[in-house]
Amino acid sequence: MTPEIKRVGAFEGLPAFPATSRVKAVPTGPLARILFRGSPAAAASVSAVFGAPLSTVPMRAGEAGGRAALWLGPDEWLLIGRDGEGEAILAAIAGAVAEPHSAVDVGHRNTGLVLSGARAVDVLNAGCPLDLHPSAFPIGMCTRTLLGKAEIVLWRQAADRFHIEGWRSFAPYLLGFLAEAAREYA
Amino acid sequence: MSQTFRRPEGGRIKRNKPVAFRFDGRALTGYEGDTLASALLANGVHLVGRSFKYHRPRGILTAGAEEPNALVTVSRDAARSTPNLRATQVEIYEGMTAESQNRWPSLAFDASAVNDLLSPIFVSGFYYKTFMWPAKFWTSVYEPRIRAAAGLGKAPELPDPDRYQSRFAHCDVLVIGAGPAGLAAALAAMESGARVILCDEQAEMGGSLLSDPDVTIEGQSGRQWSTDVIMALALSDRVTCLTRTTAFGYFADNFVALAERITDHMATPPASSPRERLWQVRAKQVVIATGALERPLVFPENDRPGILFADAARTYLNRYGVMAGRKTVVATACDSAYLAALDLHRAGVEVPAILDIRREGGALTAAARAAGIRVETGATVTGTRGRLRVASVEFGHVQADGSVRHDAVLPCDSLLMSGGWTPTLHMFSQSRGKLRYEEVTGRYLPGRSAEHERSAGACNGTMALGAVLDEGYAAGENAARAAGLATRGTKTFAVAGATTPDGQVLGALPHDRNPGRVKAFVDFQHDVTAKDIKLAVREGFRSIEHVKRYTTTGMATDQGKTSNMNALAIAAGALDKPIPAVGLTTFRMPYTPTTFGIFANTSRGDLFDPVRRTSTHDWAAAAGAEFENVGMWKRAWYFPRQGESMHAAVDRECRTVRAAVGIFDASTLGKIEVVGPDAAEFMHRIYVNPFLKLEVGRCRYGIMCRDDGFVYDDGVVGRIAADRFHVTTTTGGAPRVLSHMEDYLQTEWTDLKVWLTSTTEQWAVIAVQGPKAREAIAPLIEGIDLSKAAMPHMSVRMGTILGVPCRLFRMSFTGELGFEINVPAAYGKAIWEAVHARVVALGGCPYGTEAMHVLRAEKGYIIVGQDTDGTVTPDEAGVGWAVGKSKPDFVGKRGLARADLLKPGRTQLVGLATVDPKVVLEEGAQITPDADPAPRTHAIGHVTSAYHSAVLGRSIALAMVERGRSRLGETLHVPMPGGAIAVTVVDPVFYDKEGGRLDP
Amino acid sequence: MLLITCPICGPRPEIEFRNMGEAHIARPTPEGTSDDDMAAFLYLRSNPKGLIAERWRHVHGCARFFNAVRHTVTDKFVTVYEVGAPKPDLAALAADLAADLAAREAGR
Repeated sequence: MTPEIKRVGAFEGLPAFPATSRVKAVPTGPLARILFRGSPAAAASVSAVFGAPLSTVPMRAGEAGGRAALWLGPDEWLLIGRDGEGEAILAAIAGAVAEPHSAVDVGHRNTGLVLSGARAVDVLNAGCPLDLHPSAFPIGMCTRTLLGKAEIVLWRQAADRFHIEGWRSFAPYLLGFLAEAAREYA
Repeated sequence: MSQTFRRPEGGRIKRNKPVAFRFDGRALTGYEGDTLASALLANGVHLVGRSFKYHRPRGILTAGAEEPNALVTVSRDAARSTPNLRATQVEIYEGMTAESQNRWPSLAFDASAVNDLLSPIFVSGFYYKTFMWPAKFWTSVYEPRIRAAAGLGKAPELPDPDRYQSRFAHCDVLVIGAGPAGLAAALAAMESGARVILCDEQAEMGGSLLSDPDVTIEGQSGRQWSTDVIMALALSDRVTCLTRTTAFGYFADNFVALAERITDHMATPPASSPRERLWQVRAKQVVIATGALERPLVFPENDRPGILFADAARTYLNRYGVMAGRKTVVATACDSAYLAALDLHRAGVEVPAILDIRREGGALTAAARAAGIRVETGATVTGTRGRLRVASVEFGHVQADGSVRHDAVLPCDSLLMSGGWTPTLHMFSQSRGKLRYEEVTGRYLPGRSAEHERSAGACNGTMALGAVLDEGYAAGENAARAAGLATRGTKTFAVAGATTPDGQVLGALPHDRNPGRVKAFVDFQHDVTAKDIKLAVREGFRSIEHVKRYTTTGMATDQGKTSNMNALAIAAGALDKPIPAVGLTTFRMPYTPTTFGIFANTSRGDLFDPVRRTSTHDWAAAAGAEFENVGMWKRAWYFPRQGESMHAAVDRECRTVRAAVGIFDASTLGKIEVVGPDAAEFMHRIYVNPFLKLEVGRCRYGIMCRDDGFVYDDGVVGRIAADRFHVTTTTGGAPRVLSHMEDYLQTEWTDLKVWLTSTTEQWAVIAVQGPKAREAIAPLIEGIDLSKAAMPHMSVRMGTILGVPCRLFRMSFTGELGFEINVPAAYGKAIWEAVHARVVALGGCPYGTEAMHVLRAEKGYIIVGQDTDGTVTPDEAGVGWAVGKSKPDFVGKRGLARADLLKPGRTQLVGLATVDPKVVLEEGAQITPDADPAPRTHAIGHVTSAYHSAVLGRSIALAMVERGRSRLGETLHVPMPGGAIAVTVVDPVFYDKEGGRLDP
Repeated sequence: MLLITCPICGPRPEIEFRNMGEAHIARPTPEGTSDDDMAAFLYLRSNPKGLIAERWRHVHGCARFFNAVRHTVTDKFVTVYEVGAPKPDLAALAADLAADLAAREAGR
């Protein structure tokens, strides 16, 4: 690839998030992302080659070897891998999944950030209408939902760490919304 | 004067923390823990406002949220000024500035008080009766003057500089109110392990226990018991305790809105802190423990400053160490006023008499007499005197026939009254629970529930403290159990020293005065008297909802918290009907006035709505582009050069595209990847066009209808592989097209193996259009043969551009040779810059959406949503050729065949050429056959697009006109305010009719 | 804000959903459908005061379409079910609701 062809991330040039000891938001940087759609049988075939298992239990993420498969719907999973793995993942799926399916590269459509800290739940609940208590939204749970006026995919990676995915053009809104909610914890 | 009415000890104020504040410019002091009302009373200030209509002097009437009189404006600066706050709820802070309202030039001398003398004409319905004619005067003269005269506080004119936040919260049990019932409920819920939210509108939890020195609970003082319970709740990580937090709205499915006031009580709020937080609580179960509000007695001149509710006076004494006066008469129908009298008496206040309307007195009559207080039973107040403060009370005894015999005048400086207690039903009623009327006690109480809630304590009609605590605990236990938790069962509290406030009266009291002359106020804030309500009934109003609106009783900012029951009783009496037959007015949210800021919350400025920008946005901004909003997107509108007008810039951009080449950001177009073995079959059904035979690598302009046969969206579709299509939609249509497609897949054609993925934001789309388009991109592209033969018009190829993978479409929305380069979005800016350099080198330029619109209109290409409006078929829009006539089914096929859509006379897309080529028509303008149509003439069409075309040197327009295609050559007219514009109906393709430029 | 039970995701807030109109209105085939039947399919809806079977989509969740029976006066959802499942007996559900209400009245 020609060296001068620069990739511009969705969070580049945005005001810095007021990171504090109680909450911080860090963009994930580029990741490989494949939106996989198909039957549970097709998903099982993907699990075998992708590494991380595609859950058939609603709203659960499977994670292994630096890859994750987030259940989004009964026929829809968001597969996340390291930057640069997209082509290889697509090729692996094409080679291994005999069942009818759809696999589409959304690595540039989506953009991600990790919100963490003791106040992460409070900051999220400024705009996310879901119950984020561990009893209702345990570690490993993921779902599409809303943050303010933007749709997100929310995935709880740890008690106080969430991976948030949104569409690229919503990045300034998402970061701005979270920063506004986090102001009082600065 | 410094707090001469403050007792030397007692109360819960912090005496070591004096607080200086100003009221109407006067420097005063109070203590931390004071409300503005308690601090004013401590300084002997009763007069705090003027009434709404008569501008009568008014004092502090209550000690809580129900306050109708003491409305003040509290200001930190010009922008931070909040009107209509209840002084009884405002906490003072060092340096606070508060102003009274509705008086001019001053509170003590109010020029509008002349209204009081004119009161015989200010009867109910006065406005409706007087300001009827002429009608246009209402908005121009009457209403502004009435509003100026009967003003509440003034809203600040500057933008609100404060910040507001919101929080979605969930719990097993929400307890509304932290008085004894609420505390007991929260305690029970906590002990079950439930997630609990407990909120209270006051600065301190405890409710009535805070102002009751006499009671003991479980062997401790009531105050100590509540302190211990609050501590236990606060220490539990499963309980969220919210003070200064008003539950103001109860919505469906136990969704309750709370307003938390975070900084209003602080002298210097931290800059990082929001002023208020909106809590949107979803509770599995709710315990309503909102208590009860005392009612006034309706006797003549019951509104003078110095007259206040008995329990309010007791609260001021016991909680704030403030005496409402030094010589205090008490008038009551309820035992609770005796407690106030006894406490005041004990504190050294002279109590000349207790006037008990009840013939037999009450439970504490003997105790009061034993304490040396004169008690008159069967006695009532017949009038009061005093200009700016009550100075004496007239009283008499009610005779056997109901008349009143005047007895004596009692000099005093304050008068306490209690008509009994009204359960606070707002939350229950807002939850759509059904009220029931309890005949014996004359109260409305919670009846059948509509939500998962229960009421406990005084709001449920339970007044004895022991029963309140037991009921509260049981409610908390019941709620936790209903939420699925194991509980320990109910509990009985040992209580001593409590007096149950029995006794009440509803409606106006009898007196010996001329009923036409006296004012006995029911609604203090709106100046509605007993005779106003009777007049409304005499004038024929029967429904309490009509009486309310005619008299305006209960319609002030206090929503009639102290007045509704008395008004209802008076109306019922006048109608000679039982109270439940007249009915109660609706309890509406918010419970107390709530700031606009908390509703707007963070939805302002940059966060008002997401602003979506493409990957070339910063480049375009730096290049001086003007932007337009398209949905949430910002799109480059045109690129003016130094000193260039919009018109000149658009003309230049259009000419450059036609003569050389232009570069345009088309990234906002919706994109959907349709994948699966049945992808072609799906496309065949969802679009009007045939798709089964579209070859891989070829594109088709697709038209999508709804089942009604009307055009829904359009866009170019490329077949990437046998089982994969790259679909584009309009910018605004992307979400609804995806939803429309998913709908048919999920609910109609569930057998099809095909899946959809939005790729709108995956791709940055760079359109290169113009005769030099191929030349512009050729050096940058690898792996694609761009020659005319290898890559014909309407084809798509995969390759790379500067090493970046791309999908290259050969297509045109300008009528020129054109390409659209799709690259992964993060590369969009870099690729744009590289292509732009090539374009500029060939004499080209970037162009914006305005030039794009002109260029496509010159070619007669429609924009769905601009040239169509949801009632236009493909044929009518001029794209009937796209419809696959031989397809057995497609979305819209049967709809298009309906007789109504085949009727002659429907509109069709045509071009319009103005007779004067310089005149540009207005989009949306109506079209008529005659230049000067008679009024109500039917328009035969309307202009949908109109521009100046630089290339053609004249204006052009598209229009939908009845039988338009049969009118080619006809002259029609576009009537405008300055006269009709003559137009000729022409073919909608204005430029390059043969289409040779598309494929040179 | 209503709490709506998605058949797949469970109870979720109303703002994640879109109402998609009345359910069980079958799309006619192009052949053999009269203009009146087509107009009824396109434009006529029952708009009852009481129970209605509706289409909903959990658009900001699993994105699935599903059906639900809702009471148009109280906004209470009586049942939810998957696309393709038969239409519930609304009259029977209404009778159950009435009986439940009567039982609560009697029990109070």
